[in-house]
Amino acid sequence: MSTTPTVTPAAATDAPAGAAAAAPPRFAGARRFARSFRSRRAGLAGLGILLLFTVLALAAPAFIGPDQLDVTKVNGPLLAGPSASYPLGTDQAGRSVLMLLIWGARESLQIGVIATVLTVVFGSAVGIVAGHFGGFVGRALMHVTDWFIALPSLPLAISLAAVLGQGQASITIAIAATSWTATARLVRAQTLAVEARPFVERARALGAGNRQIMLRQVLPNVMPLILVSSTLTVAGALLSEATLTFLGLGSPTDVTWGEMIHDAFFGGAFTANAWWYLLPPGLAILAVVLGFTLTGRAVEHVLDPRMENKR
Amino acid sequence: MSSPATAAGPVTAAPAARPRRALRVPRPGYLAGKLAAAVVSFGVTLVIGFVLFNLMPADPVRTMTRGRPVSEAQLAQLRIQLGLDKPIWQRFLSYVDDILHGRLGYSWEYQQSVASLVAQRLGPTLLLMGTAFVISVLLGLWLGMRSGWRAGSLFDKVTSATALTLWSVPTFWLGMILLIVFSVGVGPIHGFLPTAGMSDSSLPQTGMTHYLDVARHLVLPALTMVLVVYAQYVTIMRSSIIEEKGSPYLLTARAKGLTDDAVRRRHALPNALLPSVTMIFMHLGGLISGAVTVEAIFSWPGLGDLTYQALTIPDLPVLQGTFIVFSASVIVMNLLADLAYRFLDPRVRAS
Repeated sequence: MSTTPTVTPAAATDAPAGAAAAAPPRFAGARRFARSFRSRRAGLAGLGILLLFTVLALAAPAFIGPDQLDVTKVNGPLLAGPSASYPLGTDQAGRSVLMLLIWGARESLQIGVIATVLTVVFGSAVGIVAGHFGGFVGRALMHVTDWFIALPSLPLAISLAAVLGQGQASITIAIAATSWTATARLVRAQTLAVEARPFVERARALGAGNRQIMLRQVLPNVMPLILVSSTLTVAGALLSEATLTFLGLGSPTDVTWGEMIHDAFFGGAFTANAWWYLLPPGLAILAVVLGFTLTGRAVEHVLDPRMENKR
Repeated sequence: MSSPATAAGPVTAAPAARPRRALRVPRPGYLAGKLAAAVVSFGVTLVIGFVLFNLMPADPVRTMTRGRPVSEAQLAQLRIQLGLDKPIWQRFLSYVDDILHGRLGYSWEYQQSVASLVAQRLGPTLLLMGTAFVISVLLGLWLGMRSGWRAGSLFDKVTSATALTLWSVPTFWLGMILLIVFSVGVGPIHGFLPTAGMSDSSLPQTGMTHYLDVARHLVLPALTMVLVVYAQYVTIMRSSIIEEKGSPYLLTARAKGLTDDAVRRRHALPNALLPSVTMIFMHLGGLISGAVTVEAIFSWPGLGDLTYQALTIPDLPVLQGTFIVFSASVIVMNLLADLAYRFLDPRVRAS
């Protein structure tokens, strides 16, 4: 990416770029990043999708009340096709599919994001510690990671969720427990690379302890990579959430996209040919997963221009 | 489930790390080391299985007898019968002993040993996974090779975009859509493929008609799995052919006057194939995940469907059995991939 300082009017309205104009040099990186990200159409499209769904999810409580989601309180027609009052038709209990879809964004994204935070925090901690302490501790941690990588993730997640019982909490834990390994490996490799650089040696010579090196020197340098990998983790977590819920591990009263597909499949949408009920949740999952993946890849490319032709 | 991008991360690290380790360890030691690692992995699987299915459920006896009238005395009797009154280490030892002897427990639902259930269901799963695996590997490698060779071309863009989109689709949802379109029928399309199961019970269960019938039932489940899985193979093959593309030996091949096609097929392909095949075998876990959901949708009578049925009950001994069988098969396949890679690549062997 060329970094010629041509500030377009659009750049001035950009929040981080605008702040950078006021000169604190720490924002120069953010400005360069924003400019280079903007030239990636796929990444922008991904970010747009994510923004749209985030806004919908956050605004949902403003126009959807519990009455519209409670199967005992709704009075719409059962499994009816799209109409003026129900743009996406209704489900087997007479609820508006559009409302379910918007509310589902809330709960699905919530599970995906919480599972990702757990994954990333745990995986990064293991990765940094394993990379920093090269000896016995590091090797032991890496072996544990390898054991978990060897296990097939869905059967493990199914078993875990089955034992913990139905519900969002156990699904979240099951996803985190099966996906932290990839982050741990990635972060460990990056930690090793960062620790080989002179400024870590300098910090050590100045008397920095293990904790200070890990938190103040390694973590900030590994952070961009962690962020990129977490966007991809969210994509995977959303798919896992949908899969586990579809298999019946979610709680039937929750409204998530996976639960909607589960209800559609087992609630008669299938034989009634209710495409308006089956298609939207799947397309929504597809859109959000694509959104996260595209954004993540664009950020990855911006941070590491060398991979230009790799993927 | 791992994304193509993160999947490439840990995997590309593996072949790079291997030669370094091989430098220090001589060949028989390498084999022993890999075997030992596989055994330890299996041991860990056993421990996880034990913790999950024997320690974490609050009271297996109550879950077992749920919905049936039982007295306290009967519960106590059952506990002694199941060995739940013994200390944990004794229970763990007898559990390991049971599993190593192929006694996977007794299903609550089917009133049958889990080992015999697994044996019944293994064939259909192998058929489905094998078919899907072969097709998606061939398709993925071919597409990956073509698009990697001309990275940035229209073909590459279309291939990569399609692969990424299909990868982002939930497997079970895609299966449902295919089921509706091709089995139930939508609009002008009349459903012409069977909706569920592996064979039509009204037809004879032997001979050519039976094979054709099974093949007809196999089309949709296999197609669903291929569509979701092949994307990973495209990504893997694409990046490994791009890696090879800059190699000097290709320049030599071109300088000899070989056509572009010959350079690609005779020189670049064999070298790019090697790491790709290894990685593909290391991704078998993903195939198993696909099998569980696809079998559940199409009621394909395999291990995945067994897992799904056990989940709805929940039948913990069956879940434990399928968990251990799935994990063991992944461990064995990874071991084979490791050994095959060493055997196939003279550079790794020589070092």
